Amino acid sequence: MRWLFLIVVMLTLVASPRAEAVQPDEILADAVLEGRARALSKELRCMVCQNQSIDDSDAPLARDLRVLVRERLQAGDSDRQVIDFLVSRYGEFVLLKPRFSLHTALLWLGPLAVLLIGAFGLFVLARRHRPAAGATSAAAATLTPAEEARLSEILDRPDR
Amino acid sequence: MIAEFGHYALVLALALALVQASVPIVGARKNDPVLMAVAGPTAIAQLLFVAIAFGALTICYVRSDFSVINVFENSHSAKPLIYKISGVWGNHEGSMLLWVLILSLFGALVALFGGNLPARLKANVLAVQSWIAVAFLLFILVTSNPFLRILQPPFEGRDLNPILQDPGLAIHPPLLYLGYVGLSISFSFAIAALIDGRIDAAWARWVRPWTLLAWMFLTLGIAMGSYWAYYTLGWGGWWFWDPVENASFMPWLAATALLHSALVMEKRNALKVWTILLAILAFSLSLIGTFLVRSGVLTSVHAFATDPTRGVFILAILVLFIGGSLALFALRAPLLKQGGLFAPISREGALVLNNLFLVSACGTVFVGTLYPLALEALTDEKISVGAPFFNATFGPLFVPLLIAMPFGPLLAWKRGDLLGVAQRLVGAAAIGAITVAVVFAMEGGGPILVPFAIELALYVMAGAVTEIVERTGLLKVPFLTAFARARGLPRSAWGGAFAHFGLGLTLLGIIGETQWGIERIAELKPGQTISIRRYDLKFDGMNTRQGPNYRELSAHFTVRRHGDVIGVMEPAKRSFPSRGSSTTETALMTRGFSQLYLSLGDPNPDGSLAVRLYYKPLVLLIWLGAVVMVVGGALSLSDRRLRVGAPKPARSRSALAPAE
Repeated sequence: MRWLFLIVVMLTLVASPRAEAVQPDEILADAVLEGRARALSKELRCMVCQNQSIDDSDAPLARDLRVLVRERLQAGDSDRQVIDFLVSRYGEFVLLKPRFSLHTALLWLGPLAVLLIGAFGLFVLARRHRPAAGATSAAAATLTPAEEARLSEILDRPDR
Repeated sequence: MIAEFGHYALVLALALALVQASVPIVGARKNDPVLMAVAGPTAIAQLLFVAIAFGALTICYVRSDFSVINVFENSHSAKPLIYKISGVWGNHEGSMLLWVLILSLFGALVALFGGNLPARLKANVLAVQSWIAVAFLLFILVTSNPFLRILQPPFEGRDLNPILQDPGLAIHPPLLYLGYVGLSISFSFAIAALIDGRIDAAWARWVRPWTLLAWMFLTLGIAMGSYWAYYTLGWGGWWFWDPVENASFMPWLAATALLHSALVMEKRNALKVWTILLAILAFSLSLIGTFLVRSGVLTSVHAFATDPTRGVFILAILVLFIGGSLALFALRAPLLKQGGLFAPISREGALVLNNLFLVSACGTVFVGTLYPLALEALTDEKISVGAPFFNATFGPLFVPLLIAMPFGPLLAWKRGDLLGVAQRLVGAAAIGAITVAVVFAMEGGGPILVPFAIELALYVMAGAVTEIVERTGLLKVPFLTAFARARGLPRSAWGGAFAHFGLGLTLLGIIGETQWGIERIAELKPGQTISIRRYDLKFDGMNTRQGPNYRELSAHFTVRRHGDVIGVMEPAKRSFPSRGSSTTETALMTRGFSQLYLSLGDPNPDGSLAVRLYYKPLVLLIWLGAVVMVVGGALSLSDRRLRVGAPKPARSRSALAPAE
């Protein structure tokens, strides 16, 4: 099913010369900085692509952003400062993991809410349906005579 | 003529579907066996006519009849035959036709193999199945007709997107559709039960094999798509939390939950209302997936708003079916009697826990996929929800599930002994811990969370083995006795153990690939060597080759390990003149469960070549695990109790074996 999305991505890419994701010439000599750059790249969205991080994307814009991230890191920015810089420039849209705020509260708390409501519901049900001591005998008493006959037939069957 | 023939067959299929959607249900109301019996033959005839339409479109593709718009837009006369055929579903109209074909296939299968179903249930199920068919046949005929003609036929077609010209993508959509359209059967059974206001353990026994069948195809389809993305997209990713992937993953999670709750219902006659709701939800998620992928809403909310015909039509289908079924559920569910009480610590309790976590995980994917769309539609504010979000939320919900998983099958029904089971699983946990220690001693450490993750994967696998060992008494009784017991175990028990083991394998593959994978990006000139782990790859040079509808530029690499030549790798780039686009053909070398992965960048003017080389440890386990899960499903499906169409429970040994 990815193909539909790919068609769209490909259509946007056909016009532009194709480049691969992270290029050899982008890589920083400092392995620690490069590692941080890669980790940051995975959190940032290539804004002209569908749901691709700039680390994965072939688009020229993604390359520009990768280079920008590296420039900021080399200038001595912390990870946090790089992210803040990009958000101030491109908006929240650039983050693949939205920040927690009023308008993303439902997004972040939704799954937890499902879990808690489900667990609470189960707790209530379990209390209500707690198997009473006499439950089994009470159930047995409700068998009709025909069922009793069938039951004894099954129980008496010699091949068991 | 062929195209018109197909078009006409499709209209006839709609007429048949209308009959099938109405007559049997009236029959079921009036208790008229003749009217109810209409369902079976019409279901088969409906399949026949949809198949004729599908066949007609396929013929147009094979003959490269470019007077049909759909063929012109998605095919090319020089394309290899297999991609001419797969091109039929490589586009919107054709894939909707495949969707309906599979829908009517499942209807016909119920008609053919549902001989042991009570007449009323069968009539209702087939009628509900046909409601869906009516909706989607109308959708095709009104908004997405694949049989439209062009007045002045062009000589050549525009070709199928090159990235789709791949064997993996030829079979991925049919597998996936068999899976998530297959869930329509569970839905139809649920609605039929609600219409009748009657549901019992036998119902669960009929529904479970169908759900299992759909689940198996869905598992295979998702795994296939993931492997395709892995080797095609050129950067070695295999899961992207893309909305289109999520569209198939949500029904999978719901179907997995449904399989487990139907188990409780079948064995203990409990969780009826919940099982019905899950069956409705699973197919509703399939419909939502279809909407997401087919309406264009993912590309952009605004694009959807400017050309809304298709989107609004599917949205209407969605509201009608999901809203209608949930309303019916609210109305009728209170009538269904609850049965089978159980203590919280019991097999049932474990399965309820499984459902709670699976549904929450599914909720996470659902919210994450739809939230940006909803936010943009409502407030015009754009946010992105991508892999980092899902990893942060889905993971924590899945881990408790994995920890609890081996407990489930070892707990007794009704009232279990948690401590006893925990003691029996100590072995499984220990096996995991020891292996982790050994691996870390050999590999020399890694991130701090990794040992826990691996321990978890190994514990899940060892837990599945523990179940079989416990039940056969292996290590306690003489081997031959244990062997005889193993043969006597119901196949569904083996199936469950296999499926759980497979999940552990997948998990291990995911951890191996993500935590120990190595990446090298470099520019090479002919004669230069690039090294990764213990492998050295020498770049020998470039070749060009002419394919049927593309030109290929491939690079030749000799692979050495400790100086010995172990093979060659030939990654390539293909350019397709008809679309002016190119694809990257990755070279893979399999070493055990691990792979070397090599893909090409662009050649530079100075003769050097950018390459990306990855070492992907255990990566094959990700998909092998899925295959093992499917084998588990197949084993379970072959169990006598569940065999589709088994007329009566046979009085054989296995049927009389005590309930597990």
